Amino acid sequence: MPEEKLYRVALREALGEEMERDDTVYLIGEDIGKFGGAYRVTDGLLDKFGAERVVDAPIAEEVIVGTAIGSAMLGLRPVVEMMTINFSLVAYDQIVNNAAKIRYMFGGEANVPLVIRMPGGAGHQLSAQHSHSLEVLYGLIPGLLVVAPTTPEDAKGMLKSAIRTNNPVMFLESMSLYNVRGMVPDGDYTTPLGQAAVRRKGADLTIVGVSRMAVLANEAAKQLEEEDIDVEVIDLRSIRPIDWPPIVESVNRTTRCMVVEEGWATYGVTAEIAAGVQERCFDYLDAPIRRLGGAQVPMPYSLPLEKASIPTSEDIKRMARKVVGRKTDA
Amino acid sequence: MVASVKPPTAPPHPTKITPKMLELTKENRDFLLKLHRQMQFIRRFEERTQEQYTKAKIGGYCHLNIGEEATVVGGILPLQLTDYIFTSYREHGHAIARGIDPKAVMAELFGKENGTSHGRGGSMHMFDSDLRFMGGYGIVGGHLPLATGGGWAVRYKKEKDVVFCMFGDGATNIGAFHESLNFSKVFKLPVVWFCVNNRYGMGTPVEAASAVADIYKKACAYDMESIQIDGMNVREVLLKTSEIVEKTRADSEPRFIEALCYRFKGHSVVDPDKYRSTEDKEKFRKADPIVAFEHELEKAKLADEEYFKKVRMEVDAEVQDIIKYADESPEPKVADLYKYVYADEWEERPELHGDPL
Repeated sequence: MPEEKLYRVALREALGEEMERDDTVYLIGEDIGKFGGAYRVTDGLLDKFGAERVVDAPIAEEVIVGTAIGSAMLGLRPVVEMMTINFSLVAYDQIVNNAAKIRYMFGGEANVPLVIRMPGGAGHQLSAQHSHSLEVLYGLIPGLLVVAPTTPEDAKGMLKSAIRTNNPVMFLESMSLYNVRGMVPDGDYTTPLGQAAVRRKGADLTIVGVSRMAVLANEAAKQLEEEDIDVEVIDLRSIRPIDWPPIVESVNRTTRCMVVEEGWATYGVTAEIAAGVQERCFDYLDAPIRRLGGAQVPMPYSLPLEKASIPTSEDIKRMARKVVGRKTDA
Repeated sequence: MVASVKPPTAPPHPTKITPKMLELTKENRDFLLKLHRQMQFIRRFEERTQEQYTKAKIGGYCHLNIGEEATVVGGILPLQLTDYIFTSYREHGHAIARGIDPKAVMAELFGKENGTSHGRGGSMHMFDSDLRFMGGYGIVGGHLPLATGGGWAVRYKKEKDVVFCMFGDGATNIGAFHESLNFSKVFKLPVVWFCVNNRYGMGTPVEAASAVADIYKKACAYDMESIQIDGMNVREVLLKTSEIVEKTRADSEPRFIEALCYRFKGHSVVDPDKYRSTEDKEKFRKADPIVAFEHELEKAKLADEEYFKKVRMEVDAEVQDIIKYADESPEPKVADLYKYVYADEWEERPELHGDPL
């Protein structure tokens, strides 16, 4: 029977089931074994699979990721946990110059079947070096697949797909989603990578949400219903590639579009979506495409300042009213 | 892979190097002359490569092994064909010594479809999965973590292979070097770290860049057996490398070798090489690893100048054929621009290509 599960438990199940299914799958990261993982995603897996397959590595992101890439070239399927996406910048050279380029620069003679899981997002007073949503840094890079699941069902299904593909996948989680509950199907299922999901049908406005912002957009859409604004919500899910057909179909129908991300909108994922939508839907648009992103500051520690830095469903509602030409609450 | 035409001067692949087989005796003549020929072949290959670069047949950066042949041949020949090699961007000779068809190496330099990497990599990115030549890499020190991963995979699969990682002295100052040595020791990975110390990181001398000029001492920080050897003496490199590789195969402990040598040319083909003194260059020229080996062979009456001359002419003819092959090889098709970016079903997905130019 399908059951309601936490997002982090869905991830854990995907890891455990894939490790059962395939001996070449192993996990490597900082304190993912005895400690159970900074966000408890890997809790219990060490006992089940042993230290050879659940590897507590030194705090040295470059060699963690490099080791994963090198071992992937020799036929293993490593799943790396970065404690946060911020730390992945220490390994950015390995990800960009090696993981993403190896297959191409060696003319297809090598594959890098690698998954790097990493939580992003803010909202826990972790301040400037432990918060942030840097999806765009990976979305930029040819050679990578980049996904950001928002439901427990997708978290499990997409992680399984990520482990099974022969391409390097940046698997972007959100630390604020780990405790979200949702229905998870029974048994061995996969959710395809590279596909957006329409979370809610609507006629007046299309909101494309990136990572947790898709969840907030859905909440905002429910509330906007009371104001007689009928919003279609698309959960982007895949940042590279971008799944254009459902977005284009939706915008051509609603004639209005806004895009929301937790990261910085300038040069952000939302910038890319907005540009792509105007190229594809120009003749159908009845309003400028609007973007909403986090405040363009290094994340502050102070609670009120941090709250002011992250888009809320109120912010989404306010911008949505503008896009559909309603009087705003200001 | 590229259709393999057996190279005329194929590297000799002994099953195991012993001190006895390196003695300058008549019984060993055949093997010793093959070693010599292989070094001479790589020297000529690189000289002609430089020539083709100046003719604009080869583009980009182009780093030559000239002067380092004893580390190239002496480092690689002790490996089993099942061992893995990760190396840097100065790797044409490494690829050839490993047994990759030199035609495919030259075709790659020419950017051709039948190059080792189908013209997508060039001088710095040779590759051959069959020969477990896991690539040349262009970020100084950036491939050391990959070799660590190679060692991880070997240990994980409970195999007896050794991962051989080659890099220059310049790579020992970057964080990835220290992370990799540390990691390999913590997890007892079968990696042999082989530092080709040619005394300069581009134009900066070792002493100006490394707090410890004797590079082999750096490995002591990670409690690793580490030796310094004469990288101008092919017999010494072969023997010492073989001993270290076999120890690592036996106990899966990482080890470190520093081979002291000197590159006779600039950092790359376009480097005017103004930062090294004429005296220094002269001094090392006199220690030329090929000439030194020829003196040894001559002294032991195993070969004479006439023979060496003949070899020089023969390998040059071989290299000329190789250049002709590369020159006549087909360019990659522009229609295949996006091929190889992604594996499997993702390779042909247009949404991953962006809008066409």
